[in-house]
Amino acid sequence: MSDVLVSVDNVSKKFCRSLKKSLWYGVQDMASEMLGRSGKHELRPDEFWAVKNVSFELKRGECLGLIGHNGAGKTTLLRMLNGLIKPDQGRIEIRGEVGALIALGAGFNPILTGRENIYVNASILGMGKREIDKKIDEIIDFAELGEFIDSPVQNYSSGMQVRLGFAIATALEPDILILDEILAVGDAPFRTKCFNRIESLSSRCAVIFVSHSMPQVTRICDTLLLMQKGAPLRHGHDLGEIILDYHTSTDNADVAASVEGSQHGSIKAIQIHNSHGEATRSLVYGEPWSISASIDLGEETARLDARFMITINDQEETNVAQLEKLIPAPQKLRQFVLSMSYDECLFNSGKYYLTASLQFGKKGTLAYVARNMFVLNVKRDISGYAPIILQQRHEAITPVNGK
Amino acid sequence: MHSPVKLVKSMWSDLKGSRELAWRLFVRDVSARYRQSYLGIFWAFVPALLSGLVFIVLNAKGVVNFGKVDIPYPVFAIIGTTLWQLFSESINAPLKAVTSGKAMLAKINFPREALILSAVYEVLFGFTIKLVLIVVVMLFFKVPFGPGLLLSLPAALALVFLGIALGMFLTPIGMLYGDVGSALTVLIQLWFFVTPVVYPPPQLFPYSLVATLNPVSPLLVGTRELMTKGTMTDLPLFMAICVCTLIGLIVAWFMYRVTMPIIIERMSS
Repeated sequence: MSDVLVSVDNVSKKFCRSLKKSLWYGVQDMASEMLGRSGKHELRPDEFWAVKNVSFELKRGECLGLIGHNGAGKTTLLRMLNGLIKPDQGRIEIRGEVGALIALGAGFNPILTGRENIYVNASILGMGKREIDKKIDEIIDFAELGEFIDSPVQNYSSGMQVRLGFAIATALEPDILILDEILAVGDAPFRTKCFNRIESLSSRCAVIFVSHSMPQVTRICDTLLLMQKGAPLRHGHDLGEIILDYHTSTDNADVAASVEGSQHGSIKAIQIHNSHGEATRSLVYGEPWSISASIDLGEETARLDARFMITINDQEETNVAQLEKLIPAPQKLRQFVLSMSYDECLFNSGKYYLTASLQFGKKGTLAYVARNMFVLNVKRDISGYAPIILQQRHEAITPVNGK
Repeated sequence: MHSPVKLVKSMWSDLKGSRELAWRLFVRDVSARYRQSYLGIFWAFVPALLSGLVFIVLNAKGVVNFGKVDIPYPVFAIIGTTLWQLFSESINAPLKAVTSGKAMLAKINFPREALILSAVYEVLFGFTIKLVLIVVVMLFFKVPFGPGLLLSLPAALALVFLGIALGMFLTPIGMLYGDVGSALTVLIQLWFFVTPVVYPPPQLFPYSLVATLNPVSPLLVGTRELMTKGTMTDLPLFMAICVCTLIGLIVAWFMYRVTMPIIIERMSS
């Protein structure tokens, strides 16, 4: 049985850049809606398509990840799915109850106690009194509020408020669950708890998940929809490939390259070669690769020991790996190309930034740093959570106690 | 608006579905308000009492002469200002409720009727407190009670609905442009003076327009007559306004529902 809960058919939505015009268009739209006319197919001055021709279907038990850079139209699409705003073109069909974890703690009144606010917030989300009575202990328990539950919400820490909001929102058992970046809340243990809660909910419903965190996306989603400037760019089950497209669809200018250091020596260029020996900017996980750098040591520093180093950052600007080579002084070389090769590319799917540096002497004085000099894309079929996947040399499965 | 039958059906089911939420919102707002105040319900009737007193003093000193009324003037004035306050609260309520619920509206899909309904509850709650004031004043001036006092309650409800309907008409535009809210404040002040609140309905021609063209007049005057005398001088006109109010309320509700997604679209999320 195909249990399609969400079907989105060629949906588009316009937005307006100018506030004054936007308000006036609002008045016009209201008038034409009242008269039952629809002249919604052309853009008026200053308007643009915030969402353009998006289609997908979602069944129970499936999870769709909505990814794209800021302004791609993800939130607008979610608001349409949630029934807050109507599409200008196309159709959205929803079969079942929609639960959206977007505004946690909406309608909380700071004066009232946590318990009273549970009733208010839960009714806003559509729960009846009997249902709330039944679930209130579970909610209080999940939110870890203890005796705070009967003090005013204004005395809560921000973490406590978010926990309470999350606990209420997930007490619902919707058919369609919409999640917008909410897993960025609370401290680490609570985040894990949230994650588990969502995973247990998601087996029973269709989930639409918006996030910028690719590890989270790969953990939850079966299919991905990559949006760019309102239009669907990629859609499918091929998570690794779509995430790679997501990474490459960023402009490289977003991470600025810069040069620092005392300039006694420099690195002219970096190149990466794939297994066929071709210069490239993208590698496939597991393939042999090599990196070469043309280095100029300068006159004074050529007499000292030099150290060439590359640090590799991922998109979240975390250092994930380091490559290095000591260049001993007696070589008396000034300009040369250094090549280093590696058996396997161990990086996970994603986009990596290479910073090259030169250090001299015993203390490792920085002579040259070229930040984000090279951008490397890596493709892997199955994605995961961590930036590096180690390859095992041996593996063995040994039975215990002869079983 | 493309499928009217479906719209009417969903309007009805949403109204039913929003009762509980409206009650919750009402309880939330009222209990939060009174928990943060010492004088509490006192504020529900102070404005009416004060503006009533001003006119009582002016009238007693002969500064203004409003002509003859057939009940003690203080009773006449206090009931008048109380009913006027009821109307002005009603007309302001929808825009106020929707504005304060903006953050919720932009993010959560709940029956939009709940906001209006909880505002109505709040107006009625305030009115029951004001009724106590009216009863006290009537006792003090020895105006006899009759069954009219009971009948006046549904009459006052008509006044509330007229206010809510007018307020709901203004809400869609008022959500987009702040001018509407400002204009409403000015308008209500002016309106007070062209409604027979503190003076009896004028009989002379150009001034009598105040009573005939102004839809609030028959409702307010009729309710006051029911309270104090138990009868109404112009029942047909009163009923006609009631019917118009009902129609207006339904049309305003249609408008409110249909325009809400468009308003939310223009608000930030």
